[in-house]
Amino acid sequence: MDFGTFLVQCLNSVQYGLLLFLLASGLTLIFGIMGVINLAHGSFYMIGAYMAFALSPLFGDSFLLMLLAGVALAAVLGYLLEWAFFSYLYQRDHLQQVLMTYGLILVFEELRSILVGNDVHGVKVPAWLDGSFSLGGLMSYPWYRLFASAACIVLAVAMYAVVNRTRLGMMIRAGASNRDMVRGLGIDIRRLYRIVFAGGVALAALAGMISAPMSSVYPNMGASVLIICFVVVVIGGIGSITGALVASLLVGFVDTFGKVFFAEISGIGIYLLMAVVLIWRPEGLMGRKT
Amino acid sequence: MSGAAPMTSSLPLAPAAPAARLSRGLLAPALAVAVLAVAAPFLGGYASDLVVKVMILAIFALSLELLVGMTGLVSLGHAAFYGIGAYATVLGSGAEGGNLLALLVLAMGSAALYALVVGALSLRTRGVYFIMVTLAFAQMAFFVFHDTKVGGGSDGIYLYVRPSIGPVDLENRLVLFYVVLAALAGTYGLLALIRRSRFGAALAGIRVSEQRMRAVGFPTYFYKLAAFVIAGALAGLAGFLVASRDGVVNPELLSWHNSGEVLLMIILGGLGHLRGAVLGTVAFTLLKELLSTHALVGPLADHWQLSLGLVIIGFVAWLPRGLVGLVQRLSPEGSR
Repeated sequence: MDFGTFLVQCLNSVQYGLLLFLLASGLTLIFGIMGVINLAHGSFYMIGAYMAFALSPLFGDSFLLMLLAGVALAAVLGYLLEWAFFSYLYQRDHLQQVLMTYGLILVFEELRSILVGNDVHGVKVPAWLDGSFSLGGLMSYPWYRLFASAACIVLAVAMYAVVNRTRLGMMIRAGASNRDMVRGLGIDIRRLYRIVFAGGVALAALAGMISAPMSSVYPNMGASVLIICFVVVVIGGIGSITGALVASLLVGFVDTFGKVFFAEISGIGIYLLMAVVLIWRPEGLMGRKT
Repeated sequence: MSGAAPMTSSLPLAPAAPAARLSRGLLAPALAVAVLAVAAPFLGGYASDLVVKVMILAIFALSLELLVGMTGLVSLGHAAFYGIGAYATVLGSGAEGGNLLALLVLAMGSAALYALVVGALSLRTRGVYFIMVTLAFAQMAFFVFHDTKVGGGSDGIYLYVRPSIGPVDLENRLVLFYVVLAALAGTYGLLALIRRSRFGAALAGIRVSEQRMRAVGFPTYFYKLAAFVIAGALAGLAGFLVASRDGVVNPELLSWHNSGEVLLMIILGGLGHLRGAVLGTVAFTLLKELLSTHALVGPLADHWQLSLGLVIIGFVAWLPRGLVGLVQRLSPEGSR
């Protein structure tokens, strides 16, 4: 493997890892703070991708505007879903959370099939991000993938700032460590949950919208990504955003380079990584000991 | 999570288990088996096929009930053991078919072996972690069969000649019916015995409060691992039967939708009851048939997953204790 190929694969790994991070951080926040295991998180990614497919003809080249509109729609959807379904799950056990969110997946997938059909659709890369740049020699790298990585980094930094530097973030962190105490201090915990959930849905949908031009949109795209997100969360440690970041990048590298070196059994690599982490640190890399 | 159990709840250790109660609990299932055994030769092709399908799924559901209902371990990757049992059956049969007993041991053994590995790793975690880890390892097994040439890739492989031993030849549909019925009765009986044994009491104790069981001196990890391996082997039995019935296996057997559906079946029936797992399997299969029948639901039949999803959501909202719970609520006498 020459240096150019190696560099391209590294960039791909980072880009894939960062995209996973957007998804996994929402999942881990929702679990860490509300104690809800959400199987439908992959559906929000799928919804985001189909939103990009539906909205891109309307917005043309105003790609950023489209992302903004999509995020707003997804946040509203998340807010409503929390109100209608998820708010009933906080006091229930995990089994019922698994069931209800599994039911939601079936509903979302079937609605998708009714509204858009079961075909694979491509989403156009916006003209101003089309093309690629040279990495020296024969290798080149598409601008859009670089943009995707950059967008994810911006979002990660923004999320870090919100969680660690704002009043809302303070409430979120407090809610994660002691729910009853936060309620006792007079903070409207139900509203806080609703905001966090809407934020998680918006992040997942955004990840879907960003990846749509690279991966095209197809049925069941949510399920496969959900399971990879679970692997990320298990490796990183539940409730830890830093852990999710480290684990996402690890998974990104293992998966990408696994495809290069062991094409046939590449699907297994990340699960072996998870097994190693479970033997070494069952609570995850950054998880708190239980 | 384990600290949430109320202090007043007593451990269900060492229940007085007089033989009378054991036999009373098994009376209705024994009757059902007898009725099916007598009726088998008179069932039409479609009805017979449907009953066999439900019985195999019931074995699969019962094996998961041992984990979820009896031990309190929510596994979302149980289809892996089912699929591995099925693949082992097909891969172990040559072009001339194989010995039924040898293949049965092979199927249950491979499933148990994978359960041992997955259980040893995933039982290091608990609660929501355990759900995610079991799902992930099941997905890994799915990818092995889907992406590699081991089992014919995504198309799966055919079983050319069904297993047989002496006069017991599974090519014969009636013989298959009786073998599946015997397997179901055996699984039910085994689990009923486990429930009433010291081992089963320890599992129930772990479900209520693992911390307390550890404090009393039980090596809870090994108890849970044993339950996980037994459940895996029984799922392998169901896999052996489904491969013998269909004559073909494909990676979809291991898909996580299968794991989700079997979990749904035992919850639909009502956790903590063996007959709940069987009733839930029957109810779920009928529900699926009903929701996809044009004559009954009209054009919605093409979108049965939508109706199924809505039914599941409504079910969690209104019937969290399952059908057995509903029966108990309607008849105050019928506790247990």
